[in-house]
Amino acid sequence: MSEELLLSVHGLRAGYGGKPVLQGIDMDVREGEIVAVIGRNGVGKSTLMKALIGLLPADAGSIQLRGQAIGALAAHRRARLGIGYVPQGRDVFPRMTVEENLLVAGTGDLGRIYALLPILRERRRQVAGTLSGGQQQMLAIGRVLVGEPSLLLLDEPSEGIQPSIVQDIARIIVELNRDGGPTIMFVEQNIDMIRAMAQRCYVMDKGRVVAELAPEALEDRDIVRRYLAV
Amino acid sequence: MFDAVFGFLYQFGDAFAFLVLCATGLAVIFGMMWVINLAHGEFIMCGAYVTVTAARAGLPLALAILCGAVVAGLVGILVERLVIRHLYGRPLDTIVATWGISLIAAQGTLIVLGPGLPGISTPLGSISAGGLSYSVYRLVLMATALAILAALYLVFNRTRFGILARATIQVPHMAEALGVDTRLIYSLTFGLGAALAGATGGLYAPTMTMVPTMGAQFIMEAFVTVVVGGADVFLGTAPAGAVLGLVKAAMTSWQGQLFGQIGLLIAVIVVIRVLPRGISGFLLRERS
Repeated sequence: MSEELLLSVHGLRAGYGGKPVLQGIDMDVREGEIVAVIGRNGVGKSTLMKALIGLLPADAGSIQLRGQAIGALAAHRRARLGIGYVPQGRDVFPRMTVEENLLVAGTGDLGRIYALLPILRERRRQVAGTLSGGQQQMLAIGRVLVGEPSLLLLDEPSEGIQPSIVQDIARIIVELNRDGGPTIMFVEQNIDMIRAMAQRCYVMDKGRVVAELAPEALEDRDIVRRYLAV
Repeated sequence: MFDAVFGFLYQFGDAFAFLVLCATGLAVIFGMMWVINLAHGEFIMCGAYVTVTAARAGLPLALAILCGAVVAGLVGILVERLVIRHLYGRPLDTIVATWGISLIAAQGTLIVLGPGLPGISTPLGSISAGGLSYSVYRLVLMATALAILAALYLVFNRTRFGILARATIQVPHMAEALGVDTRLIYSLTFGLGAALAGATGGLYAPTMTMVPTMGAQFIMEAFVTVVVGGADVFLGTAPAGAVLGLVKAAMTSWQGQLFGQIGLLIAVIVVIRVLPRGISGFLLRERS
């Protein structure tokens, strides 16, 4: 595994309408890693994801992708530089077909995506708004992969999905990463999914990174209670 | 009997073409961007003026109409960049701003170019059926209305721009996060709507008097059709054009032009009472 730094965040501050949410985030992600961002509800995990892709402007601090400052770029420019984003709630284009959803992210080879997620080939003519939650999650992941991102940001991939599919999604993402696919940073509350995927966890509290854990540490119930319990 | 049927079909086709051509530009901008463009009539006027000027300079009419559409489209892109862009998500402000643009454009044209331009004559002559004569050019306009609807369908469903534009209207932040330059898409969509208005102006220029306020003659039909049709060009504008065309043709052949207009307004009141989101809102809800 390469030790090269892919993403480097320093002193990142952002918020909504003058109300600060992120209060100085520092983190580094190396090429090929799978990093989880964990923490209680409302500590700013989703806000961090939005600030990294550029849907929320940063108030201060720096974001570097492979040493290039991207903190002032529009979201579509960051996407073209290799950041992929799968939001909480998935945000498929509801009145477009599965295949049209995939084509929004690029004109690349869809065969690769269909091989990885066969359900999308089966449903490619179906209107995305009529898919189940799990299928929409598969579509959101397939869609972002069309753009061949080098860094994939996933916001709560397990949310609203039945447990058997959560395991499928975790397996697909880990295999993808292992086979030379994107570096992954994901926000998650589901302990099973964190343990199935993460190599390293950042713990957030009140808009800051307060600890860095190995996923095995989540077997300790005291730690889970301290950082995750509501 | 045949003559009466042909006469009515001609009336209906003429009303349908006018309603659809008036409304497509407005419907594209409203349906894709939720912007209510009160300067729609002035984009039509712009297209008509450019078409007449180009035709009088010796260009064939079809090419002159294309010039009108292109110029109106470019003006549309300019207006989007300078004004509309700063007002997204503020529908009332957009109405006031586009109304202002409409007044400035009509009065500015009056000051710069005077109270009128010499027009051009309606080409292609006429045919007669049952002792009445019908303009061939108006038959061409009917075919053109259908061709423009078909072309728009292809643009929005079969081209890269169409896919990106539909994604941008459905979930703008997600399209942006997937690498779509949504500001560019909005610009081009507004330009497309303005170009359609310009083409309408060009198409009807040979049948009208060229005055700076000529846009007003299109605006009532345009808004009526969009209100009845709702936000979708294909499920809305086309069926609304058909329904209203039928009402207008029936009322006009029964009691004359004035009653045709009255019939349109009554039809609108009835439709928005029954289907508040227009025909396309109703169809989309039924389908999902």
